[in-house]
Amino acid sequence: MPPRVRPVHGWRAATVAGTARESASARTIRLAVAGWPGHVAGQHIDVRLTAEDGYQATRSFSLSSAPGEAPQITVERADDGEVSPYLVDVATDGDALEIMGPVGGYFVWRPGDDVPLLLVAGGSGIAPMRAIWRAARAHGTPVRLVYSARTADRVIFADELRGPDGPESTIRLTRERAAGFEHGRLRAEQLSALLRPGGVREPRLRAYVCGPTAFVEEAARGLIGAGLDADSLRTERFG
Amino acid sequence: MVTRGFTGRPRRTEGPVPPGQFVTSDFPVLTAGPTQHVPARAWELVVTDGITEKTYAWASLHDLGVVDLTTDIHCVTHWSKLGTTWQGVPVAAVLEDAGVADEPYALVSSYGGYTTNVPVEDLVDRDAMVAVGYEGGPIPAEHGGPVRLLVPHLYLWKSAKWLRGIRVMPEDELGFWENAGYHHRGDPFLEQRYYGD
Repeated sequence: MPPRVRPVHGWRAATVAGTARESASARTIRLAVAGWPGHVAGQHIDVRLTAEDGYQATRSFSLSSAPGEAPQITVERADDGEVSPYLVDVATDGDALEIMGPVGGYFVWRPGDDVPLLLVAGGSGIAPMRAIWRAARAHGTPVRLVYSARTADRVIFADELRGPDGPESTIRLTRERAAGFEHGRLRAEQLSALLRPGGVREPRLRAYVCGPTAFVEEAARGLIGAGLDADSLRTERFG
Repeated sequence: MVTRGFTGRPRRTEGPVPPGQFVTSDFPVLTAGPTQHVPARAWELVVTDGITEKTYAWASLHDLGVVDLTTDIHCVTHWSKLGTTWQGVPVAAVLEDAGVADEPYALVSSYGGYTTNVPVEDLVDRDAMVAVGYEGGPIPAEHGGPVRLLVPHLYLWKSAKWLRGIRVMPEDELGFWENAGYHHRGDPFLEQRYYGD
């Protein structure tokens, strides 16, 4: 049986075609890729950087662009990182790098998957969620989002989340209190409430959870503990 | 091609790391679905060729003899972790004890429904083990405990967490990630990441 999803093969040249500061520690990098084949919401690309002496470093990044948009990634700086500090602080229009992909057939949303969506994001785990909410809303699929960030200045896509095209969203801050945000870590009682909008259990729902490992572990465990069927849960963890 | 402005970390000189990998001292977690929480006392492994079948529990697995292994591990998401130590029973010892037929392919399954296909020679010719311990203690649940497969010379998605079954077969049958476009074998030194690599 052939694979259901064939990744697009081989490294291909890409150039930085625009950057946008998203938060104190995150930036969106728009890429120009000759022959970009398009992608499915939730997929990622591998990015390869090459130093003057030929040294290379490769990392995977979720695409934050919706299908139909130019490919872009949204990257949070890891202070001890090697690739993310370049992307967040150094990359400028015209810089050359290489990409492979898009890849991934699991943490994805496709038109026709018409159950209501619950998106649960921690930190830069919001990146693939933007692709998913934009794709789903364009097809009339209901989307709710809960997003956990440390502080208000670390919230990514803040304007878009609150704009007319954003999903129904709640943003929680774990390290400070600020007007317009909920406060505290996402706990079992909130996750349980998310499965019961208006106090009624949503019978058909798919949840996507993306963020740092500890966040995903806690959220996934909470959702399943609150009665979500494991088959209705997609998770993506990073470092 | 050079990426202007990219310098990278100080270059490594020790030991071989597969192409496209970076070395981390963390132990990232990658799992398709939620973490399974299986108590050791309830854990079982079924080894079968479709006719002969044997079921192992925590104690009967340990009775086959636990060995130590220090090895590097490589994840397809580009991280490698060097010099990890594991305790477990060599897969070769398990298959021999179970008395299953000498077939070329295996489909390995997990609690939670994950599957992955591994050639039997990759399970028996090198260091593959049914792992019961990590760094001298139990394997944490998010890393596949109480019992996971460890096939350290292949990308880590082959090392199924929460190991529940090994079925040997005359024909290859693709598992979860292999069906989603990943390579059928997954040798990190050959960079067999995706289907067709």
